[in-house]
Amino acid sequence: MTDLDIPFAIEKPMLGRTAGRIFWMYRYLERAENTARLLAAGHRMALTRGAEEASVEWRSVLTTLGLLSMYEDHYDDFLSAHVCDFVLRSKSNPESVLSMFERARTNARACRSSITLEVWEAVNEGWMSLRDLLARPVRDSNLNSVLAAIRRESTLARGATHGTMLRNEVYSFSRAGTFLERADNTARILDVKYYLLLPSLAHVGTALDTGQWDNVLRSLSAELAYRWLNAGRMDARSIADFLILDVRFPRSLAFCFSAMRDNLAALARLHGKEGVAHEAMRAADMRLTGKTVEDIFDQGLHEFLLEFIAANASIASAISEEYRFVA
Amino acid sequence: MENADGTVRAPYRDYKAWLDKQDPALMRRKGVEAENLFRRTGITFNVYGEDDAEERLIPFDMVPRIISGNEWRRLSRGIEQRVRALNAFMHDLYHRQEIIRSGRLPERLFRNNDAWLPQMVGFTPPGAVYTHIVGIDLVRTGPDEFMVLEDNARTPSGVSYMLENRETMMAMFPELFAQVKVQPVSNYPRKLAASLAACAPDSAGPKPTIAVLTPGIYNSAYYEHAFLADQMGAELVEGSDLRVVDAKVQMRTTDGFRPIDVLYRRVDDDFLDPLTFNPNSVLGIPGIMDVYRAGNITIANAPGTGVADDKAIYSFMPEIVEFYTGEKPLLPNVDTWRCADPDSLKYVLDNLDELVVKEVHGSGGYGMLIGPTASKKKIRDFRKKLEAKPENYIAQPTLALSTCPILTRRGLAPRHVDLRPFVLCSPDGVDITPGGLTRVALKKGSLVVNSSQGGGTKDSWVLDD
Repeated sequence: MTDLDIPFAIEKPMLGRTAGRIFWMYRYLERAENTARLLAAGHRMALTRGAEEASVEWRSVLTTLGLLSMYEDHYDDFLSAHVCDFVLRSKSNPESVLSMFERARTNARACRSSITLEVWEAVNEGWMSLRDLLARPVRDSNLNSVLAAIRRESTLARGATHGTMLRNEVYSFSRAGTFLERADNTARILDVKYYLLLPSLAHVGTALDTGQWDNVLRSLSAELAYRWLNAGRMDARSIADFLILDVRFPRSLAFCFSAMRDNLAALARLHGKEGVAHEAMRAADMRLTGKTVEDIFDQGLHEFLLEFIAANASIASAISEEYRFVA
Repeated sequence: MENADGTVRAPYRDYKAWLDKQDPALMRRKGVEAENLFRRTGITFNVYGEDDAEERLIPFDMVPRIISGNEWRRLSRGIEQRVRALNAFMHDLYHRQEIIRSGRLPERLFRNNDAWLPQMVGFTPPGAVYTHIVGIDLVRTGPDEFMVLEDNARTPSGVSYMLENRETMMAMFPELFAQVKVQPVSNYPRKLAASLAACAPDSAGPKPTIAVLTPGIYNSAYYEHAFLADQMGAELVEGSDLRVVDAKVQMRTTDGFRPIDVLYRRVDDDFLDPLTFNPNSVLGIPGIMDVYRAGNITIANAPGTGVADDKAIYSFMPEIVEFYTGEKPLLPNVDTWRCADPDSLKYVLDNLDELVVKEVHGSGGYGMLIGPTASKKKIRDFRKKLEAKPENYIAQPTLALSTCPILTRRGLAPRHVDLRPFVLCSPDGVDITPGGLTRVALKKGSLVVNSSQGGGTKDSWVLDD
């Protein structure tokens, strides 16, 4: 029996507004963590390559985060210090990591009576510690430890959730939010780098820019897992296969969808019915199940990822509608 | 803590013996530890109008305020008498108004009072309970004398601090609780839930659904609302979660609308129902008053109980207690001059620099004048306000308020305190949690204990002796 096969019918359904708060709280925690990973990989790239390539790398990080045009309103260069400050803590960036954590914490506070004391403390303390760490611009020498702290605070909150929360509706919404956000983030990271895979596919034998791909794997904390599974082989097909379709890797699109499917199924069991959320899930699933990486490349990787991101977003709005997040 | 002759008062003896053995540096460190604990668990208080300090801590002092078991028994009798009288008074005020017919209370007192609700006339809430939760503010004025400073029958707050202060003390000084036997307060949330359930309307099933209605996370007491809901196992709802469906107040859940039987509301009457009261309220539930009057929901406290918070009504409490209980009041009022009365007004105007003057409908320590510490200009300004609308004010002597020691950098120092015990009423009876919230003025000589104005809190012990 897995976590989610709970034999109880729902006795006290939770408030729709609270469910929405929970869903978003975990989305923000997940997004903050993924942003930190992306910055760490970008920073490493910037350190090991020339100034020109470093700018290109930072540009793609900002594109992945959807912050490029906002950034360009404030800076006319792509210096590491500027990009990191903007992404992590700038007041002119409403999507900064600091404000994501703050929103996660505000959501936690608003549904304080639906989460355990341990989860609340993890989020509240995480916010307090990041607020202190990000009170001033982060020095280059300190960047890695700050990024590690961001990942750690999110991890603690997720761990407290796993270890102390009842396996009920609240838990399912928290997991659905986590994996929906993660699927989105993985797809975006891939989409910004998809063109790197293309030449190597078109011309068999073309050398892959392994540094670039190492970096993509690194920004998903996937580099060692990938190496372990592929014994040092680095080719476009197996990388895409791993990040999109490998159900063993917890940040792959297939894994995220499987977790979302399970949690939506758990909600359907608790409520004794399925609805628009499940329909949207099934529709999105069709794009993934039974597909091989060749099918995806035939369709066009970029097109596939764009459609995936849109389908994922429509699951989010269907969940919000079905479970009455707003009046 | 001490008698006039410098000896330690009996209830403090065991504590003082323990304290004398503690290292002062360690005690200060514990103070920092306590503060971190409060921050981590988010026990904060929002202060209106301060940008950078949206969530502040209420300063916590680690020296408990201690009351003997005997003294508490005496106090409890007085509190219970007063609360029973308050509840009977509310019922009378909204029905036959015997107290006015008998000439004991002038009619203008509530006719001019915004808290008096014509919508409540002739209606009896489920179980005939109006004041489900009451906080009676007491001050000690002598070795054996407590007086009532204020009755909070609207929505008394602070009970979460009573509970958290005790938890904090027990976490920091477990050995102390082994040496001094203190009556527990921790069953308050359970008793609150049981008391509210006992007031459920007849339409409720055997397990009534209880919800706490909060104005939201930016309200100054949000922490307390969430805390109480959590501790009671009740829902924490906002106005936007609720709607009247099929003549019941229902909450929007992930599985559709579900009825609520008892609403412990922490919003003012005025915001409860935009159809009945303030039409601009976004906090309330349109139509809830109709559901209420049809007997399909319990609202705690009942709308319209704010009349009892009025300071002009307060000045009549001795008469009110006697009228409804047939007994002399066990707890005296503080002497109060009603400025509506010309002779009293003259006295107050002549003695402004010695009196405390309060707005009749005010609360939270706002809009009051503390004569002895006010500047000449402030007194002049206040005099004008008072002369313009005398019926808006009452005046009281500055009391020889008792003090309790607090821990300062330089050791123990006396500060003024009050005490707010929390009282629950239901058809099953009146229950008073032993102790309550002790508020303390942290500034030397200050008499203002309100947390909105820089006051702090202490753990309040009733000895199990």
